[in-house]
Amino acid sequence: MPTRGTETPKYRLAATHLNRLIAALTNDGYTVIGPSVKDGAILYTEIEDANQLPIGWTDEQEAGQYRLKRRDDKAYFGFNVGPQSWKDILFPADRRLWRAVRDETGFHIEDTRAPVPKVAFLGMRACELAAIAIQDRIFMSESCSDADYVSRRENAFFVAVNCGQAASTCFCASMDTGPAVSGGFDIALTEMIDDTRHDFLVESGSARGAKLVDDLPILPVQLEDIKQVQASLRRTVQQMGRQLETSGLKDVLQQNPDHPRWDEVAARCLTCGNCTMVCPTCFCTTVEDVTDLTGGQAERWRKWDTCFALDFSYLYGGSVRSSAKSRYRQWMTHKLAHWVDQFDTSGCVGCGRCITWCPVGIDITEEAAAIREQPAAIEGVA
Amino acid sequence: MTRQELSELINSHPFLEGLDPAFLSTLVDCAGNVRIEAGQLVLREGESADRFYLITEGVVALEYFAPGRGAVIFQRLGGGDVLGVSWLVPPYRWAFDAMVEEQMQAIAFDARCLRAKCDENPSLGYQILNRFLPKLVERLQATRLENIDAYRTDK
Amino acid sequence: MPTEPTSNQAHTGMAERDTLIPVPVPILRVWAETADTVSLMLDTEPLGAKYGFEPGQFNMLYAFGIGDVPISISGDPNDRGHLMHTVRRVGAVTEALAALETGDTVGLRGPFGTAWPVTEAAGKDVLIIAGGLGLAPIRPVLYRCLSERNRFGRIILVMGAREPDLILYRDEIHTWQSDDRLEVLLTVDRAEPAWTGDIGPVTNLISKIDLRPAHTLAMVCGPELMMRLVVRVLLEHDIELEQISLSMERNMKCAVGLCGHCQFGPDFVCKDGPVFLASRVFQRMTTREI
Repeated sequence: MPTRGTETPKYRLAATHLNRLIAALTNDGYTVIGPSVKDGAILYTEIEDANQLPIGWTDEQEAGQYRLKRRDDKAYFGFNVGPQSWKDILFPADRRLWRAVRDETGFHIEDTRAPVPKVAFLGMRACELAAIAIQDRIFMSESCSDADYVSRRENAFFVAVNCGQAASTCFCASMDTGPAVSGGFDIALTEMIDDTRHDFLVESGSARGAKLVDDLPILPVQLEDIKQVQASLRRTVQQMGRQLETSGLKDVLQQNPDHPRWDEVAARCLTCGNCTMVCPTCFCTTVEDVTDLTGGQAERWRKWDTCFALDFSYLYGGSVRSSAKSRYRQWMTHKLAHWVDQFDTSGCVGCGRCITWCPVGIDITEEAAAIREQPAAIEGVA
Repeated sequence: MTRQELSELINSHPFLEGLDPAFLSTLVDCAGNVRIEAGQLVLREGESADRFYLITEGVVALEYFAPGRGAVIFQRLGGGDVLGVSWLVPPYRWAFDAMVEEQMQAIAFDARCLRAKCDENPSLGYQILNRFLPKLVERLQATRLENIDAYRTDK
Repeated sequence: MPTEPTSNQAHTGMAERDTLIPVPVPILRVWAETADTVSLMLDTEPLGAKYGFEPGQFNMLYAFGIGDVPISISGDPNDRGHLMHTVRRVGAVTEALAALETGDTVGLRGPFGTAWPVTEAAGKDVLIIAGGLGLAPIRPVLYRCLSERNRFGRIILVMGAREPDLILYRDEIHTWQSDDRLEVLLTVDRAEPAWTGDIGPVTNLISKIDLRPAHTLAMVCGPELMMRLVVRVLLEHDIELEQISLSMERNMKCAVGLCGHCQFGPDFVCKDGPVFLASRVFQRMTTREI
């Protein structure tokens, strides 16, 4: 099991040897998934060679904006997060649950579970690890556990990366989820790059991680290396573009469903649901029942859904939440308040994706701050 | 708004037409002019009926809200109408929501204040109730006709 | 580590069953209750001897190829061989279920959800208020209470419907009206001359009961608007929110707290409900579109 990083042994790995890590994972039967430049963004795809990583690229993010920009170095991980998260793999957007087949007695159900592949996640950020830890509480709870998720988790190898920079939409520091990774990984890398060097600080967080690291051409670390990494993390914290004050936030949100700010944000929100698609913790799904042309077989599929969809809350004849206001309020209150009641944690990890990928640039940190302010009086007297 | 202006506004409202002028001053003591923006609930189901309104301008929808159905409006009121009856009847709680659809300007009366004045002066009380009762009967008759579903032809 | 999603409910019959995969169950009988509702009687044999339910719980009923919906179990919990569900035809799945016949197969997952507080009602006057189709999820309470009659004080059923033809389980209610183990108060919004009962909203009937507020436990079931207004009347009669239970409804897909659809404030109606104490949910019910 992963341990906290302070006392784990640390090594150095030359950047040119990153491919040895990828090869070692592949030899162990893992498909390596990592970031790569594609369609003007950094997306997760199958990585067979370190050259496929976004070498020398960074991302510039703001509310409703995402651009890739060239760095003046050749860093492998010199960016933050793209629109995807690892939930795309652990919690697939489409999954067949079972198949029903008509027979003489009526119908019977066929189990359609398939073995899950072994996947190594290369380049996980602290916020992403925190998001997975949160989704673990949802899908691996004592009361109700999803076997497919459990299986995918067990077959996944986590190679984390400490962030060397923060986007203006990042706020993991105020959510206490980063920027440093602090557990839940098999191997953690920190890129150390300047004019004089390009290598990685490597540490293992699990037995299988340690075993893999041992087989790499690792070198000892110097005290200066540790200091450089710590300085880099401090700089990253300072670069964070946003912050979210969480103390008392749950009560503020749960007790102010009629705050005028909800009307204000509703006037901007398109209810497109982008935020829920890119959010690494959003977990709502729907089921779709489909039959074949003969009508003899029917399958039930589970698919990602969004609480912003008008029919999400459909109840004979109409939706409980039909206004944009009620749907935005539901998403934000769930994420920052109800989640605490449901899973003993905030649902937000401060990754900033919802801010970046909102077409109208709604900023969850700005909305939270606005709601904290005194609600305006409702009745006016002349 | 000055007391004089308020007094004139009250005096000219259709609901109080023919009110004994001696009571005008008493009413002014319990009144204030209000303006409430569209989109606000001026009455909320279940809350304390501590006031009522003589509407001078605007449109207010009387409604119940049901999940999935949304707001179901059973009446609309406007300038010249009286809004709020439950202030007269214990337990003094609004039975439904009143949503301002177009900015409402109204004379608001403090219910406790006016009930006290009516207790002190039964003649005032009689004149007030005499204006409310026909409105209530009219609404009751309308509600009965609606309830039997007059548009239906089958049994 | 559990092998498949299992119910969090510590109720009979769910220990090792997979809660996402339905069990095909044969239909023993189908009959019409009112113009738009139908009752289905299912054979519990394929569910195993351990299957049982508590009053207030529901099953997800699957119509082949169309989908599944939550339907409250409306029969006698002591009748272990049979499961009864009353379905109102409001969409594709319920239309498909209502069109099934004896011998057809329906897919079943369940039971899910929290139960009416029958145990907590011991020694108290049990006040059951049902509106429209709301009698279906609460009828098992009556069966349970009548089967253990001595444990309770008065048992009072207050029921309202739009018209006499829309009163659910009319024959059974007629029988109960002459059963002196319980008191039955019925009302309709409008009626023809043959109706000799009360006419008016169900909230008016509550004032006709000589209640012992401190000794009453109320269970209210019906459309949310009706439940909200009934709670207001009960409060006026000095019955506190902690003494009142309600059965909520929301859109459901998984019924095990994973799909997110049934959220009502911080609660999942499928597993934190559908039965809730009014002290927990009433405030939420007064906010629009929660």
